[in-house]
Amino acid sequence: MSAIVRSRPAVVSKSRRGSDESPWARRMLIGVAMLFLAIFLVLPLVNVFVQAFGEGLGAYFQALGHPDTRAAILLTFVVAVCSVGLNLLFGLTASWCIAKFQFPGRTLLLTLIDLPFSVSPVVAGLLYIVLFGRQGILGPWLDEHDIHIVFALPGIVLATIFVTFPFVARELIPLLESQGTEQEQAALALGATGWQTYWRVTLPSVKWGLLYGVMLCNARAMGEFGAVSVVSSGITGQTDTIPLRVVKLDMGIADHAAAFAVASLLAFLALVTLVLKTWLERRQNRELTLASSNLNEH
Amino acid sequence: MAWRQRRTLPGFSLTLGITLVYLSAIVLIPLAGLFFKVAQIPPAEFWRLATNDLALSAYRVTFGSSLAAALVNAVMGTLVAWVLSRYQFPGRPIADALIDFPFALPTAVAGLTLASLFGPRGWLGSHLESVGIKIVLHPLGIVLALTFVGFPFVVRTLQPVIDQLEVEAEEAAALMGAGRWYTFRRVIVPALLPAILTGFAMAFARAVGEYGSVIFVAGNKAYESQIAPVLIVSYLEQFEYGGAMTVAVVLLVLSLVLLLTVNLLERWSSRFLR
Repeated sequence: MSAIVRSRPAVVSKSRRGSDESPWARRMLIGVAMLFLAIFLVLPLVNVFVQAFGEGLGAYFQALGHPDTRAAILLTFVVAVCSVGLNLLFGLTASWCIAKFQFPGRTLLLTLIDLPFSVSPVVAGLLYIVLFGRQGILGPWLDEHDIHIVFALPGIVLATIFVTFPFVARELIPLLESQGTEQEQAALALGATGWQTYWRVTLPSVKWGLLYGVMLCNARAMGEFGAVSVVSSGITGQTDTIPLRVVKLDMGIADHAAAFAVASLLAFLALVTLVLKTWLERRQNRELTLASSNLNEH
Repeated sequence: MAWRQRRTLPGFSLTLGITLVYLSAIVLIPLAGLFFKVAQIPPAEFWRLATNDLALSAYRVTFGSSLAAALVNAVMGTLVAWVLSRYQFPGRPIADALIDFPFALPTAVAGLTLASLFGPRGWLGSHLESVGIKIVLHPLGIVLALTFVGFPFVVRTLQPVIDQLEVEAEEAAALMGAGRWYTFRRVIVPALLPAILTGFAMAFARAVGEYGSVIFVAGNKAYESQIAPVLIVSYLEQFEYGGAMTVAVVLLVLSLVLLLTVNLLERWSSRFLR
């Protein structure tokens, strides 16, 4: 009797469960999926670096050291710092009022925050031209006061802010929501001020998600092409960001190796973002399981 | 009671105020400005710009290619999500991490590398061309780029749903004599369908607005292979703001309809999660 009981699990695990494909079907599905990913995701990535280093290390660094490319890199950093910084502040405030409070119009507000995701980057750029351009709504007034917004740095920053608008808020809202408000209530009841509660209780519990949101926002800010190309005046060495420089090198001067060399910077940034994302997700999951097992013990 | 308790946290009016001001300044006022400016175009002129042959062919190319790309993503995305969620195999964590690559890679770089890879002298393009398949500078090129940028949506929408599928239902079907293929069609696909549709709609919406990657792989010829965002840029380059704004408004309204659809689909599919 006991022998039968003991042998049962072995039988079950050997025989095919109802929820399993046959081994060959499984192997074929895995094969097709991995082949698709290899052709579609891995090859394009590898290709960037192969083409970038195709003419040797010397040519690679020469392409990166070109004054116009250096100017593009500098401009990209300035734009990214401004736009990520502002979107970070917005993400922190918006996620607080949306995740921790119930109020009429909350769902509408969430939808409006998502809106920039569904606006074409080209249309995003156009919005600012319509508002601030010479023939735009505020154009005459700006002209009078000699203020330049589009076809200058502020326009590039604005367009970048628009296309990366939801990232930080979107990352934070579900995390803050899942934390509830009990811990903050407790901190406040124990006499902490609102700021102390936010810095010591709320932020630490979502720091990894926040970091990922900022990373993703930054990757998109540095890589935005469509919106920026519309509001940039395209003066080489002045209003070209890294993606604009890549396109100009490839299509204008037809120096493909140099275009790929500059593009490899952005591809590298994308890779770093992915690695960080994977690492942060593991970390967050581990902390969540730790937290829930602690809760279960007590 | 619960509502009142929540309000005891501080900072509600301050954060809501900042949120509304920033949202208005960056998104709402510029959007309103576009509609305000377009309203000043005489209706007959607006209609002519919105529906002339140039615009119509641009909508056709945009929506045709986006639809094709979203369909490819729905099929391949479902397969990839299934494989990643259900099977253990070497390299699975790397493959899983790689899914988000199109989100993280700037679209201009995606276009650049796809054009070189699938171009007549590329690793893949040269082989495809020898069997008569032309991709870059042909309609397939647009579909290729749009498939790439929209790929993560279906996979990432489906994975949590597949993880939560009740294996018991599949086992019950098998116990009652259903073959695996029959179970797949009648038990698994119906449960996944809302999520597949959501991912499909997201990939479609993303593809409709895409610009950076397409310009590398499409011919961008007017009346033939010009997507709507490229048409807007070409209007802008000729300082024809009326045309640019009109096409932009049409594109914008269609995107908003898509956004609404995605929201409704998400609500529908979240019912299936519980």
